[in-house]
Amino acid sequence: MLLIHCPYCNETLPELEYAYAGEAHIARPANPSEVSDEEWAEFLFMRSNVKGIHYERWRHLHGCGRFFNAVRDTVSDKFLTTYEAGAPRPDLDTLVNTPAEGGK
Amino acid sequence: MNALTSLPTAILETSAARILLAKPKARFSLRARGDLAPFEAALGLSLGGPLGTRASTGSRETIRLAPDEWMLHSTPSDAAAIEGACAALYDAHPHSLVSVSAREVTVVIEGPRAAELLTIGCPRDIAKIEPGSGRRTVFDGVTVILWRDAEDSFRMDVWNSFAPHLIDLLKIGARELAAEVA
Ligand SMILES: [Zn+2]
Repeated sequence: MLLIHCPYCNETLPELEYAYAGEAHIARPANPSEVSDEEWAEFLFMRSNVKGIHYERWRHLHGCGRFFNAVRDTVSDKFLTTYEAGAPRPDLDTLVNTPAEGGK
Repeated sequence: MNALTSLPTAILETSAARILLAKPKARFSLRARGDLAPFEAALGLSLGGPLGTRASTGSRETIRLAPDEWMLHSTPSDAAAIEGACAALYDAHPHSLVSVSAREVTVVIEGPRAAELLTIGCPRDIAKIEPGSGRRTVFDGVTVILWRDAEDSFRMDVWNSFAPHLIDLLKIGARELAAEVA
C-alpha cells in the first residue's frame, strides 16, 4: 500500500484514506464562453499521461477532506513530495536530488 | 468515563473488548475561517492546535477535523445554547454551524485489546493517535471520527446507515480476539 503525506494533517498515512483526483495545475479558463470548442475540449479532456514524474491531485477523503497536490513517479510509484493546493509547482531539480518527506 | 458517554447501552462484552452504544448527544459541524478567538469565546472552548486536537469544557467537547472544520458534541439540552452563541456571531464572523445530531451515532470501544480490535477495519497506525486526541479516518470503507479517550478506550462516530454493519464487524472482531485469548 502507498503511504501518502498529507500537507494539511502533516502525517504520512495509508492510501486507503485518500482519493486520486487527476492531473494537477490544470486551470479552468477564466471565461469559458470566450474560448473555442477546441480549447474547451483541451481543458476538459486532454491530459499529459506522462511516464515518469507526474504532478497530480489527491484528496484526503477520509481525513481532513482537503485537496492537495503531489509529485509522483508513475513508473516507480514513489512520491517525491506533496504540497498544498494553490502552491506553485515545486522545482524538479531540487526534488530529485533531495529525497522526499512527501511519502514513501 | 466522562459525561458524554455516561449510561451507554452495552452491545457486547468479551475478554478482549467491550462495545457499547453511547446515549444520544447534540452534534454540530462547525466551519469557520479567519480569527477563531470570537468562536472560542462564544463556545468556551479552544479551537486551535494541529488537526486531531480536542478541547472540552463542561459537557461541550470539540475536535479539529480540518483547518476550518470542527465537530462539536454536547448534551442535547445544551444544543439551543450553542446555536444561540454562534448565531450572535454570525454577522461579524460568517460561518456555518450545522446540527448533525440525527446523522450519526457513537460506538464506544474499550477494553484491553480495544486498539487491536480497531486494526481490523482501520488502516492507520492506531498507536500514533495519542490518548486525549482523535482523528477522522476510515473503518472498513466508512468515514468515522475516532476519539481516543485513554490508552484502551475509544469512541467512534459513524453515520446511522453504516452503524449496523460497523457494529456487527466490531462484534465479530471482539469475539475472535477473545477466542484467541482463551
Ligand atoms: Zn489531511
